[in-house]
Amino acid sequence: MSLAAAIRATPGIPCRPWLRHVLSPEQWRALGAEPNLALLAMWGDSHAVHALLREPAGMLAVTVTVADGRYPALSPWRPGARLFERAIHDLWGHAATDATDERPWLDHGRWDVTAPLAARPPSRIGAAPPVTFLAADETLDQVPIGPFAGGIAEAGQFRLFTRGPEIVQMESRLGYLHKGIPALMRGKSPRAASRFAARLAGDASVAHSIAFARAAEAACDTPPPPRALALRAVMAELERIASHLADIDALAQAGGAPLAGTPCQRHREAILRAAQRGFSHRLMMDSVVPGGIATDLAADGEDALRIAIAALGHELPAIARLCEVLARRLDGVAVATPIAAAALATGGPAGRASGADSDLRRSPGYRPYQDLNVSPVREQAGDAAARLLVLLAELRDSARMVRTLLAELPDGEIIAALPQASGEGFGWAEGPRGDIWTWLRLDGGQIANVFLRDPGWLTLPLLEAAMAGTDLSDWAAGRASFGLSHAGMDL
Amino acid sequence: MSDRVLSPWHSAWRHLRDRPAAGPIPPVDEAGIRDLAARLDAAGIRRLGRGLALHALDPGSCGGCELELRAIRDVAYDLARFGLRFVDSPRQADVLLVTGPVTRTLQPALQRAWEAAPDPRFVVAIGDCAIDGGVFKGSYAVAGGVDTTLPVDLVIRGCPPTPGEVLEGLLMLLEANAARPG
Repeated sequence: MSLAAAIRATPGIPCRPWLRHVLSPEQWRALGAEPNLALLAMWGDSHAVHALLREPAGMLAVTVTVADGRYPALSPWRPGARLFERAIHDLWGHAATDATDERPWLDHGRWDVTAPLAARPPSRIGAAPPVTFLAADETLDQVPIGPFAGGIAEAGQFRLFTRGPEIVQMESRLGYLHKGIPALMRGKSPRAASRFAARLAGDASVAHSIAFARAAEAACDTPPPPRALALRAVMAELERIASHLADIDALAQAGGAPLAGTPCQRHREAILRAAQRGFSHRLMMDSVVPGGIATDLAADGEDALRIAIAALGHELPAIARLCEVLARRLDGVAVATPIAAAALATGGPAGRASGADSDLRRSPGYRPYQDLNVSPVREQAGDAAARLLVLLAELRDSARMVRTLLAELPDGEIIAALPQASGEGFGWAEGPRGDIWTWLRLDGGQIANVFLRDPGWLTLPLLEAAMAGTDLSDWAAGRASFGLSHAGMDL
Repeated sequence: MSDRVLSPWHSAWRHLRDRPAAGPIPPVDEAGIRDLAARLDAAGIRRLGRGLALHALDPGSCGGCELELRAIRDVAYDLARFGLRFVDSPRQADVLLVTGPVTRTLQPALQRAWEAAPDPRFVVAIGDCAIDGGVFKGSYAVAGGVDTTLPVDLVIRGCPPTPGEVLEGLLMLLEANAARPG
């Protein structure tokens, strides 16, 4: 019996749909060293640190108690733990013993408090350490980028260490967009707090709203009505289509083949206008709420969506052919090996282009996707061209799913009232850029603690790894191919 | 639905022939233009040329407003037909388009970007968060709206504002600028 199976057999704290197991520091460290366990998320609590792990047999939620402000690090074994450990220190004040990187991540020394989510946040005394980058080799040249880097882009700082035209190492510093969303959600009802989930990352507003709503519904043990589930899936696939079209366009611009991007821009706009007709908001913000959806699909919106999807479906083969030129230019650019992607447990199009078999829409019992036969799209090359091919294949599949969902919409209620319950729950959704996880604890119907895990946490380290050995002139295209949301990671 | 595959060249040619994407020019509020022109005069801002260079700054947005800014730049709204264009540096900019609340961490960088923009310069606060911090106001990590850091000339409401609303605001700025004695 594996260690994970042994832990799963012990009693745990109900954290629907699973149990959360409290481990000793020795068990926690042993889990870190266990192969076949993917680390998906790590976050803090007042006096504990939680982690969500996945093994082939299922999910595992575990907790280690913080003693004297410290807990054992997982980063020596799991490279994906590094950013989580830095963020846990900045937000909750818990330090990871033996961590591979102890620099701050979200806290740039500009807040009045330190550890704002701690039980008693201490005031800041003295200046915060300056932002530092670790050069592997002092003879390398450095290219500083950001935090404002031009274009219409999110703020973030990158440092490229180069030798001649080749990027040897890339380092990132995000956290500039940190708005304190977990703190703002505390003490609010799930319905009031869902406005923040919808505004964590504007390009995955629906997906984050769904993951948050599902966590609240799990904690209250109240499933939403079938019509709400179907319409949520319609919105999620529309968001994926809009996001993939925007990402292909961005890749076409950065890759020097803008002709391939132009039809994407046009269809994206048509999809958003149809979404406005159907759900009264172009980005469908605040349409998904805990318990169901806020407003039903408008009568004329259904036709608008059908027309927009049909037009896209008609032109997708032409878009794919325009992308053949682009794909040749992206051949071998920013290669993320399947080994690196597996070590980080990166999902989403970036992970799937590097061989990862990860798509939460295919997770067992996820309605309505279980009846939709989501196509498993995978590539093995791990370069920007492979990521482009994954995006194109998923566009086709999402358009098919919207057509099927609209043809078979169940009738009935669109929202179920959530009781003022206490409890814990997990929720998840497959966002346009990858797997999204939400954990929350309710206390008398109010949020006591919450963590929203954007896919960026595991995509950024893969992007950094892929940039090593890439030509400096391919930096923009390589980065665009990963489609990273800084706001989603910055909380 | 037809299974006929369009050739890329046919598809590209169709985009040129039909010009279907760029929508009609939104109506612009005359009273708003006069009001804005008066405020620009009162602020002593010299008149700029007929075309304006726009520079986007994100001091804390969720990314939603950026999606709509990209939409006005792209084929569907085609900003360039009005003489408006995006530039990559504040040094080349006439107008700073600021999205999102101002996080405490980005407050100094926003100030520096504004200082780098040559005078005269317009500041447009785009979206509800840029106006007063929106849903994020009161957070330990958020200073508030753009006016906590920069003088704001024009606000465009919405969460996010639609591309039509952003375009209407920018056209108002263009008209107000042109309407003033120069």
